[in-house]
Amino acid sequence: MENKALETYIAEDNLPYEFCPGCSHGKVLGALSDSLKQQNLDPSEVVIVTDIGCVGLSDKYFVTHAFHGLHGRSITYASGIKMQNPDLHVIVLIGDGGCGIGGHHLLNAARLNTDIAVLVLNNFNFGMTGGQHSVTTPFDSITATTAHGSTDAPMDIAGTAKVNGGGFVARATAFDKDLPSLISKSMKHGGFSLIDIWELCTAYYVPRNDFGKKEMMVYMNGMKMESGVLQETERPSFQKSYQQIQKQASQEKPMTGLELETIFSSKLDKPIRVVLAGAAGQKVVSAGNLLASAATLSGLWVSRRADFPITIQTGFSVVEIVISPDPVLYSGIVEPDVVAIIAQEGKSKVARLTKAMKKTSVIYFSDGLDEIETQAKVLPLAFPESAKKDVRKNISALTAGFIAKELNIFPFEALKEASKKIQKPKISEINLSVFAHFE
Amino acid sequence: MVDGAAAIARGALDAGCDFYAGYPITPASGILAHMLRELPKVGGIGFQGEDEISSFGHCIGAATAGATVFTATSGPGLSLYSENLGLAIMMEIPIVIAISQRLGPSTGAATATAQGDIQFMRWCTSGGYPMIVLSPTNISESYHLTKRAFKLAKRFRTPVFLASDKDTVMTTESVAIEDMKHAPDWPKISGEVYGEILDPYQVNGTIHHYTGSSHNDEGHITKDPEIIANLNERLIQKIESNLDELSLVKTDLEQEADTLILSYGISARSMEAAVKQLRDTGDKVSSMTIYSLWPVPEKIIQESLLGVKRIIIPEMNHGQYRHEIERLVNRDIEIIGVNRVDTILITPEEIIGAYHGK
Repeated sequence: MENKALETYIAEDNLPYEFCPGCSHGKVLGALSDSLKQQNLDPSEVVIVTDIGCVGLSDKYFVTHAFHGLHGRSITYASGIKMQNPDLHVIVLIGDGGCGIGGHHLLNAARLNTDIAVLVLNNFNFGMTGGQHSVTTPFDSITATTAHGSTDAPMDIAGTAKVNGGGFVARATAFDKDLPSLISKSMKHGGFSLIDIWELCTAYYVPRNDFGKKEMMVYMNGMKMESGVLQETERPSFQKSYQQIQKQASQEKPMTGLELETIFSSKLDKPIRVVLAGAAGQKVVSAGNLLASAATLSGLWVSRRADFPITIQTGFSVVEIVISPDPVLYSGIVEPDVVAIIAQEGKSKVARLTKAMKKTSVIYFSDGLDEIETQAKVLPLAFPESAKKDVRKNISALTAGFIAKELNIFPFEALKEASKKIQKPKISEINLSVFAHFE
Repeated sequence: MVDGAAAIARGALDAGCDFYAGYPITPASGILAHMLRELPKVGGIGFQGEDEISSFGHCIGAATAGATVFTATSGPGLSLYSENLGLAIMMEIPIVIAISQRLGPSTGAATATAQGDIQFMRWCTSGGYPMIVLSPTNISESYHLTKRAFKLAKRFRTPVFLASDKDTVMTTESVAIEDMKHAPDWPKISGEVYGEILDPYQVNGTIHHYTGSSHNDEGHITKDPEIIANLNERLIQKIESNLDELSLVKTDLEQEADTLILSYGISARSMEAAVKQLRDTGDKVSSMTIYSLWPVPEKIIQESLLGVKRIIIPEMNHGQYRHEIERLVNRDIEIIGVNRVDTILITPEEIIGAYHGK
């Protein structure tokens, strides 16, 4: 095997470290350098992504690629880098602070099992900003922001990664002799890996809480947060799973717009604004698409806006169609020319529009919906006698057929052709049988 | 027949986008669905993040590894994009961000159209850095301006916004196939990259340090005032000293007209309809559609003011762009806003009413 390893991956020109005397960060960076050497990696094969805080100073101490972004977001950048170039070994250096503000990213990266190695430099408080309490601060600790003792339950970072499906999860301390090989093991794991590395912050947490290496081990045992490898699973990484998706998807055709050639003609000389007002489940939008497509097939220009509540399977369903001999500029409808009301929900929703309609406009209503405050002509949706049995299930298609007949702005054939062109064969068959009532 | 979401997604794919990450939000979710379905077909990656912050973070990460990246959201999502937008500016990451505007602060009216994020896009990062914002008025422009946004992002190595809205993104319309095939007669964007091109992170590639901190040419953090000043000045100047290249408008000036109607996005369509009706009844009126909202195409606007005594500005907010025009023109020019923030598109009749002094 070609020897690509460097003696050290630390940028020695930038030494000494800016960390406080006794700070554990330097130990972990050294262990990472030793691990990269163990793995025989070229510096260009490695990207070190640093979070914010004292740990965020680390990128400049490495001769590898490096990325220094925003607080708590390092995991998202690392995941993006790895997605784009799976050949790179991507390592995140993040503190306990970053795991708080970016906890959501941490647990989701574990779920995703994106193939990155996260090293948490966990020293139980915010070092850079003056020793405030973090998500891992132990109970009763004195910090800059818990002068009377911390009362929040400490977050179990490794435990969080573990229960959310992280492929490789371990807990360690900065003093562990085997830290380099543990890091190598985590990096070689083909999926999300995380090592929660416990540390001492000699500037703040240690002096305020009389917390040395010995006290840290006592605390670890007391919390039953054991060290060592906590989880090692062989779930496929995001990278592996997505390659399968790409392979499968490459067989499919790319998206295209709906191309409708002009095969009919129309004598329409000014825009006409049509509104269908119904309820969810009546296929109102689908009927709007049929009318709009029929007009397009007849050389006209259309816009089709749909309006429905966020919860689409309940309440009103309204579709507004502007049909015009020229390209549609104003696609809104303030005063419709024609409104068809087929449900109470839709009737209420378009009350503002029907009220604004003038004497020259027409409102068609289905059974029992004829009490409308308007100056427009109010007429029943008089479907052919033979269509009665279709009213319950196919009222929107019937209404589209009725309006096409009444407006007579394009040939009825265009509506049938639209159904054949834009609808699935089964649906089209039903709608063509509905349209047959008008012939 | 096609909607704006499909046109924008198609534009991104045709521009060479191979990485998309986003989070669902009405009225931008159509773009997310198209991109996540289409990208794996062409060997790209489409990813739904756990939130907008993560999505934008994934885009930035992928871009440093060589991806051509794209994302889309609406105003509330833009709030969450804000911090990473600053990072993208500082790291000089080319990224296109489509904003499908909806009405109001907070949840507002999620399914109603608006143009309330125009100033928000301009000032959406800490540090007050200039942004490039393009705004289409219809489906074919949505397609072509998306492609143009990718070219600008690459040339200036910076985020570029495509400012659209619910009605442009979610309304299905008939479009002439010719208009989709051929871009309007817009000035070409040079393929030359402004400043130094960084190789993406790659095995055996040059070692790179990307950082969001003020940095020297090697990407290392610095506190040297001179280096910091040069960096910030360069980031600002690469946008502001290239106004001519970035300016994009459609002017329709009529001689002897003393009224100019100026608009953008969905409201520009109401303007165009109003201008047509006014001219049909013999009125003399000029109009201008602004495609490049930011930086403000100041020179073109000022050059179009010969003989203009008043400017009417329809927009679906409380006059966000009107303030930009007010600072550009003489005080003796009257400026009239036509504004609506009630879910209803500004009507051509309202603009005609403003023209007639109603």
